[in-house]
Amino acid sequence: MTGLRYVYAVCRPFGTPLQAQLTGVGGDPPRLLPHHDLVAVVSHVPEADFAEEPLRAHLEDLDWLTTVARAHQGVIDALTTVATPLPLRLGTVFRDDSGVRSMIEAREENFLRTLDRLEGRVEWGVKVYVEPEPTPKEPATPAPKPASGRDYLRQRRMRTKAQEDLWQRAESFATRLHETLSECAEDSRLHAPQNPTLSGASGRNVLNAAYLVPRAESEEFVERVDRTKDGTPGLRVELTGPWAAYSFAGEETAGEEGA
Amino acid sequence: MTVVERREVALVDLLDRLLAGGVVITGDITLRIADVDLVRIDLNALISSVNAQVPSPFEESR
Repeated sequence: MTGLRYVYAVCRPFGTPLQAQLTGVGGDPPRLLPHHDLVAVVSHVPEADFAEEPLRAHLEDLDWLTTVARAHQGVIDALTTVATPLPLRLGTVFRDDSGVRSMIEAREENFLRTLDRLEGRVEWGVKVYVEPEPTPKEPATPAPKPASGRDYLRQRRMRTKAQEDLWQRAESFATRLHETLSECAEDSRLHAPQNPTLSGASGRNVLNAAYLVPRAESEEFVERVDRTKDGTPGLRVELTGPWAAYSFAGEETAGEEGA
Repeated sequence: MTVVERREVALVDLLDRLLAGGVVITGDITLRIADVDLVRIDLNALISSVNAQVPSPFEESR
């Protein structure tokens, strides 16, 4: 036994070799495992870390998860430059090469169909944040002391009102942005808003969406997102990508139903 | 576009895709670790462990 097989992605065969110095999960260079009209990209990984029990334990270790996620993404990124990969979920492990081949065999048709759908497409991530309330900049002139209880209450009400207005504006802005971007994308997905503890981002994440866009139309898409960044005080728009089509690798797509 | 490409990818953005996206393969031939719910539960455990330093508002001090 030479360990287990960690599978990153399935692709159609591609002519260009992967970068020679590329290392994958566990430091093992990714290898190509062809089967029929498809190629699985795999690394050999030790059972001590990737068998079911140790893997489950490792997934709760943020440092370990980070290392594996980065290595996984490094391989997918490298693949993206030479092919259109169909990425698999992190931690997809098989006992041996023949296990990988049987999996390809069983899902061959689905894989080919999905690869056709994703060919030449990339994923862009768009997030909207409500900026945290700005700390008053003018400590030299403190807010006028409320003259009375009624005065105090009025000041408080105004602050709450301003915050509510911002939330309402954030919600309608995010909804409109998502509609606009969905129109110029082939498909879209909404991810759960990100936990600020994990992201370390300031402000509250109100939109966390992914859009499937043809590579050739990406520039236009990015410009469209950039244009929305102006004139939205209190809100922040963030763009990430281009990603391999991670969020669109699943079978069912919401966009296709209505089409 | 190149500016976006060069910037290091944030871990959360990556986990959104690697743990919630990608093809999920289940069946006897896999170790079934890619199961969606499993990973989600693990990640929740992870997030609450990150939060462990912060006292929970629900805990009563007795």
